[in-house]
Amino acid sequence: MAGYVRFREDLCKGCELCVYVCPPRIIYLDRDYTNRKGYHPVRIDEMEKCTGCAHCARMCPDSVITVERE
Amino acid sequence: MSKELWKGNEAIAEAAIRAGCRCYFGYPITPQSEIPEYMSLHMPKAGGVFLQSESEVAAINMVYGATGAGARVMTSSSSPGVSLKQEGISYMCGAELPGVIVNVMRGGPGLGTIQPAQGDYFQATRGGGHGDYRLIVFAPANIQEVVDLMQEAFDLADKYRMPVMMLLDGMIGQMMEPVEWKRPAIAPEDLPEKPWATTGTKNKRLPNIINSLFIDPDACNQHNIRLEEKYARVTESEQRYETNDTEDAEVIFVAFGTPARLARAAVRLLAEDGIKAGVFRPITVWPYPYDALYKIAAQDSVKAVVTVEMNTGQMIDDVRIAVKGARPVSFVGSAGGIIPTPYEVAEAAKKALGR
Amino acid sequence: MAIVYQKTKGLTDAELHYCPGCTHGIVHKLVGETLEELDVLGKAVGVAPVGCAVFAYDYFNCDMQEAAHGRAPAVATGIKRVLPQHVVFTYQGDGDLAAIGIAEAVHSAMRGEKITVIFVNNAIYGMTGGQMAPTTLVGQKATTAPLGRDPGHYGSPIRMSEMLATIDGAAYIERVMVTTPASVMKAKRSIKKAFELQIAGLGFTMIEVLSTCPTNWGLTPVESLEWVKENMLPVFPLGVYRDVTKEEA
Repeated sequence: MAGYVRFREDLCKGCELCVYVCPPRIIYLDRDYTNRKGYHPVRIDEMEKCTGCAHCARMCPDSVITVERE
Repeated sequence: MSKELWKGNEAIAEAAIRAGCRCYFGYPITPQSEIPEYMSLHMPKAGGVFLQSESEVAAINMVYGATGAGARVMTSSSSPGVSLKQEGISYMCGAELPGVIVNVMRGGPGLGTIQPAQGDYFQATRGGGHGDYRLIVFAPANIQEVVDLMQEAFDLADKYRMPVMMLLDGMIGQMMEPVEWKRPAIAPEDLPEKPWATTGTKNKRLPNIINSLFIDPDACNQHNIRLEEKYARVTESEQRYETNDTEDAEVIFVAFGTPARLARAAVRLLAEDGIKAGVFRPITVWPYPYDALYKIAAQDSVKAVVTVEMNTGQMIDDVRIAVKGARPVSFVGSAGGIIPTPYEVAEAAKKALGR
Repeated sequence: MAIVYQKTKGLTDAELHYCPGCTHGIVHKLVGETLEELDVLGKAVGVAPVGCAVFAYDYFNCDMQEAAHGRAPAVATGIKRVLPQHVVFTYQGDGDLAAIGIAEAVHSAMRGEKITVIFVNNAIYGMTGGQMAPTTLVGQKATTAPLGRDPGHYGSPIRMSEMLATIDGAAYIERVMVTTPASVMKAKRSIKKAFELQIAGLGFTMIEVLSTCPTNWGLTPVESLEWVKENMLPVFPLGVYRDVTKEEA
């Protein structure tokens, strides 16, 4: 699909607002990794489902997310 | 230079404009309301900002913003209003902001009276707000002196980046006296740059931040040390005082503002009785001229020191600090808007001398 | 690939100290994005409050001043009067603006101060640990209303947008929320309009943003978004409460 999302994991506080608003529901907390703030940052595996709508980025309070789209 | 008859409050306002002040925020309160009234007409004429605020609390915070944006700023009030400004003054000291604050004192405490008094001495010199801070506090005794000191108040405020208070009683604010404008007026454009002010980065520099919050205790401790070093420099170089007839005097009056004039009259009365008296008058009540007063009080000729105040005894604490027990220190004065007479002052000297 | 969304230059590199999911962070981004897009960062001066946003002077990428609690509108007045061509804004919480600083808010509106107030209403005192605010809802628990706000004892929530909208000096007042991507984008348009009206010199502008406080509400960040919609919206309806441009149109 058209979208591509990058996370600055070290700034993520694991608040899951992005998880909640992602239409294709492809964002999840990576429970196997803890960032230097002590939180599980977010992750996307099925990037191909991303439409580049940037809902996640708009809802992120900490500017963790950058979104690109073709 | 020709002498002009001016009312104290109006002279204060005019002097501020001449000193390059282009921003005034104030609120009505007797006995200083002529200052905002004068400013409301003449500040706009000078191309400056006049604003009557909703309270003295708002006024001092407007001062904070405007001086933080680089302007020469003043506010004025009278005792109860100055109490409302104390938090803002503490913030200005914490954020190292210049500014001139005029207190035309009236009787207190509480609503008190509108008559002149000096009951705000502790507040002004010990700090009425929270935290360790100091203000340079000028205590003029006549209108000419107020006018002359206004220029220095703004200059020292900018030099040390701290507020300066002009502490006078309602008498000086309300009466009229001849005044000479000794110095040429200053245009704000000629004032030194303030690179620290929030004038907009213009995308050419990092943001300036005016702030007094140092949440980290080490940072806040270091900040206090920096402020303390500043206050030490001020104490070193900005003490001012005046002496009259103190050479070989038997009794020394110590008084600031209007009481100093009463003491001068008492000196003449005492001379008629063959008693040689002198007057030591601090012009800065912070930093207080302790050493200078000690030298005069410790003269062999001096038998007694008498403090004259329009309160129940506040500056007497500083006089005792200065005299260090070398001579007996006594007090004469009255509070609540009643002004002591020269006769009462002279009698106090006789009593102190055991005559 | 074209960048659709990235961090605004209106915010500095400082990491925000806000609790996870606190929507203060979103409101900061909207203000930063607006200042960047209007290209006024170079002549903007912001005033931070005392409250959760007390460190905002480290977050906005423009000259900032830290005001005493409640006094930001007075500080902003001083700045704007000295720098009339600058863009001056305050960023305040509900304790700062609606409690201790309500007189400063009302009077800067009355004077028509050409400043923009960003009023973040989360119905509680966050920084100090969850005390009751003037906007705390009836029945809502707080550390100083342990059994819930009792109107008999402490009145009911104050509606600042409606109140300030009655003041002639106000040019634009709107209440928005940031609980969904759509409402976030709507809130940004409103914030932008407020700043545009300031720049046009039309008077006092304020955007009230219903915001969350997961920590002191005792909810997760996601639950907090829903709590806003279910509980705050009925008490604090969204909408434009004053718009002098509309009356002229």
